[in-house]
Amino acid sequence: MTQQTQTSLEGNILPTSIAQVGIIARYEILNYFRSRRFFILLAITLLISGLLTFAIAYEGDSIAGSPPQALPFYATYWGFASNLIVVFCAVFFGGDAISGEFQNKTGYFLVGNPIRRSSIYVGKWIAALTASLIMMGVFTVICLGNGFYWIGTSIPTQFVEAISFTLIYLVAALGFTFFFSSLFKSSSFSILVTVVLLLFGFSLIDTVVTNLIHVEPWFTLSYGSGIISNVFTIPYPQHITTVSFGGGGRGPTLTEYIPTIPEGLIIMVIYFALTAILGLLLFERKEFN
Amino acid sequence: MPSLEAVNLTKNYGKFVALSNLSLKIEGSKCVGFLGPNGAGKTTTLKLFTDMIRPSQGKALINGISVHENKRLALEHCGSLIESPEIYPSFTPKEALSMIAEIRGVPHDVREKRIEEAIAEVKMEDWKDKKVGKFSKGMKQRINIASSLLSEPDILLLDEPTTGLDPRGMSEVRDIVKSLKKRNRLIFMSSHLLPEVSDVCDEVAMIDHGKLLVYDTLSNVTTKFSGDGNSSIVEIGLARALDDSFPIGSISSITGVVSVDKMDSRNLRIKFSGGLEKQETLLSDLAAMKIGMISFRASGSALEDTYLNLIKDTL
Ligand SMILES: Nc1ncnc2c1ncn2[C@@H]1O[C@H](COP(=O)(O)OP(=O)(O)OP(=O)(O)O)[C@@H](O)[C@H]1O
Ligand SMILES: [Mg+2]
Repeated sequence: MTQQTQTSLEGNILPTSIAQVGIIARYEILNYFRSRRFFILLAITLLISGLLTFAIAYEGDSIAGSPPQALPFYATYWGFASNLIVVFCAVFFGGDAISGEFQNKTGYFLVGNPIRRSSIYVGKWIAALTASLIMMGVFTVICLGNGFYWIGTSIPTQFVEAISFTLIYLVAALGFTFFFSSLFKSSSFSILVTVVLLLFGFSLIDTVVTNLIHVEPWFTLSYGSGIISNVFTIPYPQHITTVSFGGGGRGPTLTEYIPTIPEGLIIMVIYFALTAILGLLLFERKEFN
Repeated sequence: MPSLEAVNLTKNYGKFVALSNLSLKIEGSKCVGFLGPNGAGKTTTLKLFTDMIRPSQGKALINGISVHENKRLALEHCGSLIESPEIYPSFTPKEALSMIAEIRGVPHDVREKRIEEAIAEVKMEDWKDKKVGKFSKGMKQRINIASSLLSEPDILLLDEPTTGLDPRGMSEVRDIVKSLKKRNRLIFMSSHLLPEVSDVCDEVAMIDHGKLLVYDTLSNVTTKFSGDGNSSIVEIGLARALDDSFPIGSISSITGVVSVDKMDSRNLRIKFSGGLEKQETLLSDLAAMKIGMISFRASGSALEDTYLNLIKDTL
């Protein structure tokens, strides 16, 4: 990015592109804080956390064991809902981030100004990430509150790992939804496509590819994000498990693939990198007509 | 000196040529009106100057800098209002304008003052802290105008800036444009309102079917293209719709009448030579014919004649 700062005749000093990213992000966050969408998602997050708190209080024994153990508790709590919250955040905040600017014509207010399109894209992305982190924060705090109440302050390292993986998943999922929002000009369409893919599409592809084509589904984001829940299993599950039925190994076999941690991380990072680059390129080339 | 230059600027949509090889250089502090029928390519041209769309060929230069290659630098001294953009409904005018002020680097110490001034200029003081979401179309347009003025740019690109404004708003915007001219600004403004253009613009560029027809000073254009120098035009209004029995032939045969054209079912344009004296006898001749004439007026403006002469058919 060019860093030139110039004083104009009017006495204005055009901020650097990076500074403009910050400006966009700040105003986008302001817009989020006033949007119904933000509060709906906050309500959903609180609802999910509330239901889990309720479930732990009444079914604590069968979930976390008696006396309650940290690992099964966090595995259930986090494993159960973190994926859902990431998907909701990615879709709510990213699903129409760019397409909405076209559909509502709000993008026209900004583009005619001396700002790179990439600054607008990145600024909006950072705002979406910030809003999502607030949701994740709320969910994490309630989760920890439950953990501290039932088990005490010992936090298993697996939980810390799972949180870190979830954040990487969030980053990748937001990159992914931003890409689709950049691909389409209709906000409802881009939201629909991302919801379908993230909620069922990818898992469906995983199942089909594993069971029918017998190939490891290393190309889906949901496969990569599997490390979030798998990290709670000790020892970490085997990469490939083949179960054969009958006849001394000659009968039909069923293969299950589990991503290794490095593999899961690479899949998510590549998803982020590719969709971010493609999304940016698409937005750069998009015409405001 | 502020300048706008189109070099062989072309925009195709598939096989359709929306703008064809536009070459035009506008320089200095003045207001240039950009005229042409619907679909002529005016908005397309202005969008090419703000990098909202990419040229298929050629370049759009602002102060000599290619907009597409170096958008930040090219647009730094250029404000624009194209196609009534929407503002985030949750924002107040003040917030929306401070976002633009920050992006354009209006210094912190004068930011507040500039925003207040811009809001005052479009007479929206009473609304500056209300949410834009509930504004009427014209109120939003006023804020858009304020946002284009905010950074006090050297060059302003305005696409039908008075659309949606009430009559007073239109006149206020014309005054704003006139005052900007005095402050050494270059304004390039598309409009369908010919009286507006003759009022505020020094020069006009006319475009049709993506091609530039003429670019010259207002007075040169009108003397060159309105009438043929020694003929004038009057428009007459009729009480009843024209029908086959209407004696167009007898009007044409009045001495001095060059042509009679139907404007619509109740209005005729009569081109005649012979100046004011002839206009006087023409009026009494027509009145004597008892054709149901209820109005008789000299044609709107020289610019309108020019326009109608140059642009024969729309679309
Ligand atoms: N995205 C697009 N795809 C195809 N054709 C387009 C597109 N945008 C504009 N056009 C065509 O380009 C031509 C020029 O359009 P433009 O908007 O520049 O006209 P205009 O002079 O601004 O007209 P108006 O006075 O109605 O605003 C029109 O014929 C229009 O149909
Ligand atoms: Mg137009």
